[in-house]
Amino acid sequence: MNASKEQRRKERLDRGIKVRSESIYALMSWRELSYLFLPRFVLIGGLLMLPLVMPSMYWQRVISIVCIYALLALSFDFLAHYVGLVSLGGAFFIGTGSYIAAILNTSFGLSPIFTIPIATLLGAAICTVLLLPCLPLRGVYFAIVTLMYPLLFARVIEALDILGGTDGIMGIESFANRWMEQYFIIAMVLILLFGTRRLVNQDIGLVFRAVKDNDQSVRASGMSVTYYKSIAVFIAAAIGCLAGAYLVHLYMWAGLSTLALDFSILPIAATVIGGSGTLVGPVLGAFILVPISELLRAFGTLRIVFYALILLAFIIFRSEGIMVYGQRKYHQFEKWIKV
Amino acid sequence: MRVEGAAFVAPSTRFTPVSPDHTMQILIYGTINSVALALFALGFAMVYGVSRLPNFAHGALYVTSGFITWTFVNTLKLNYLLSILLAMVGTGIIGALIYQFVLIRIRGMEISEIMATYAIGLAILEGLRWGGFRGLTYTLPAFIEGSTEIAGVSVDYQRLLVVGIGAAVVAALWLFTHYTRIGLALRGMAQDERAAMMLGIDSDLMALAAMGFGSMLAALGAVVLLPLGNIVVEAGYNVLILAIAVCIVGGLGSWIGAVLAAFIIGFAQILTVVYLGAHYQMVVALLAIIITLILKPSGLFGLQKELEERV
Repeated sequence: MNASKEQRRKERLDRGIKVRSESIYALMSWRELSYLFLPRFVLIGGLLMLPLVMPSMYWQRVISIVCIYALLALSFDFLAHYVGLVSLGGAFFIGTGSYIAAILNTSFGLSPIFTIPIATLLGAAICTVLLLPCLPLRGVYFAIVTLMYPLLFARVIEALDILGGTDGIMGIESFANRWMEQYFIIAMVLILLFGTRRLVNQDIGLVFRAVKDNDQSVRASGMSVTYYKSIAVFIAAAIGCLAGAYLVHLYMWAGLSTLALDFSILPIAATVIGGSGTLVGPVLGAFILVPISELLRAFGTLRIVFYALILLAFIIFRSEGIMVYGQRKYHQFEKWIKV
Repeated sequence: MRVEGAAFVAPSTRFTPVSPDHTMQILIYGTINSVALALFALGFAMVYGVSRLPNFAHGALYVTSGFITWTFVNTLKLNYLLSILLAMVGTGIIGALIYQFVLIRIRGMEISEIMATYAIGLAILEGLRWGGFRGLTYTLPAFIEGSTEIAGVSVDYQRLLVVGIGAAVVAALWLFTHYTRIGLALRGMAQDERAAMMLGIDSDLMALAAMGFGSMLAALGAVVLLPLGNIVVEAGYNVLILAIAVCIVGGLGSWIGAVLAAFIIGFAQILTVVYLGAHYQMVVALLAIIITLILKPSGLFGLQKELEERV
C-alpha cells in the first residue's frame, strides 16, 4: 500500500471525561474532579512553589522578571485575541507605570503599598486617554502606531530632559522583604490570569470578541465600539502598568530602559510560543523564554538572535503554540482515518 | 538586550545646526535629507505596495548591504563599484530568500507577517552586532571626495550625488513600472491581486520579485548614504522607523505619496534641527506617524479604502 497516494486526515474526538466534567457531572467521581483540577493545581501549586525551590537569590530575581513578562504577555494576549487590538506597545504600559510609581515614591514619599495601586490605575487611565485617538484603527495600523508610542515617549524624555532624562529616577524604595517581593507578583499573575479568563467568559467578554470578529455588528446592536475598546485597553494597560510599577520597586530605578523594545517584543514572542488566545499560554511562554534568555546571557546579543529565530520557527511551523497543542492532547483523541 | 542605541541620527543629516537666517542652507540640506528619506522608504513602499507585506526587516537589509560592501572592499579588496553591485545583488537575493522560505507561508496573516519580518530583522541586526560589526570603525569611502559651493552653501559631492541618484532612482522606477512587462505585472498586483492572477500573473513570483527589488532598493540607499557616516547596527532601527514614517504619511502602498511624504518629513526634520535642536529629529518622524494615523490612516495618497482600516 502506498501511503503517499492514500488520502488521510486526522480525526479528533473529545474525550468522554472532558464532556462529563464540563457541567454538574464533574461531581460524579474523583476521577472527573481530578481531571478538572489537575491542570489548575499544577499551575497554581507550581507557581507558589517556585520561589522556594529556586537555588539562589539570582534565580529568585529571575522569577520576578519572568512574572513581569508574564503579565505583559497576558495583557497582549487579552487585547490581541479577545478584542482584536494588536498592541506592539507593551513598553509604553511598563514605562508609564514605572515612571508614575517612581515619581510617587521619590517626590511624595509613598510606600510601595500605595504607589503600585495608584500607578496601576492612574497609568492605565493615562494610557487609555493617550491611545483613545488610535482606537478606531485596525490591524497593522494600530500595531504600528502602538509600536511608535514608547519610542516617542523615550525621545521626548530625552529631548526635554524631564523625568530624570537619560539618567532616570534613582533612589526608589524596595520591598520590605524578598518573600513579599516574590509572592506579591506571583499572586498578581495568578489573580489576573484567572480574572481575565473569567472576564472573557462574561457578557462583556462576548462583546469584546464581537468587536474583534465583526465590529459593524456591535455597532448595529447599538453599542459603542470605541467604548468597549477603551475598556479593554484600560484593563490591558492596568495589567502592564502594574508590572511596570512592580519593576520600579524591584530595580529601585526607573529610566529609559523601561521603554525599551524588549518589553514590546518578548511578551509577543511568549504569546506566540505559549499559544495565542489561551491566556495561560502566554504566561507559560514567558516562563520558558525568559529563563532561556537568562541562561544565554553569556552570549551577549547572540541570545536576541536566538529567540528571534525561535519566534520565527514557531510562527512558521507551530503557529498554534504549546498550550493549544497541550490542550488538544489533554482533551481529545486523535486518530488517522481514510478519506 | 538594548535594541535601540544612542546614535539616533539619520546619516544624511549629520551636520551642525545652522543659524536661522540661512534659508538657502535649509533648502539645500532639506532637499538632501528628503531624498535620503525617499531612498530609505522606496523599497519598503514597493514591497508593501505589491504584496501587502510590511517588511520590518527593511532596516536590517539596509545595514546588511552596507556591511557586505565593506567586506568586499576591505577584506576581499575588490573594486568599489563592483562591490557595490555585488552587495546590491546579494541583498536582493537575501530578500528573495526571506520571501521564498519564510514569508510565503504566512502571507495574508498580518500579525504573523509583522512578527516574522521583525524577528528576521532583529536576528540579522543583532547577529551582525554579535559578529563584531560595532563601533565607529566601519566606513565606506565617498564616491567623489571634495565639496563645492551652491549659492554660498558648502555641500560635499557625495550629498549632491545622493540627490542625483535619488532622482535617477525615482525616474527609473517610474519607467520600470510603466514600460517593462515585469514592472507592469508588479503594478497590476498592487492594484488588484486577484484580477492580476486571472490575467496569468504569478502572484507569488511577483511578490518574490517585489521583495527582491525592494531589498535592492534598500541596498542602493545604503551604499549611497552610508559614505556620509559610519556603518552602525543602530542605523537599521532608525531606517526602519523613518521608512515606516514616510510610507505611512504618504499612504501605505503609494510610491508617489512616499516621495512626497519624504519631502514633507525631510523638511520638517531640517526645520526642527535648525529651530529646536537635533534631539527632536526623531520625535518629528514619530509624531508624523501618529498624527497621520489618527487623522487620515490611509495617508496622503493611500490606496486602501478608509473603511478597511478604521471602524
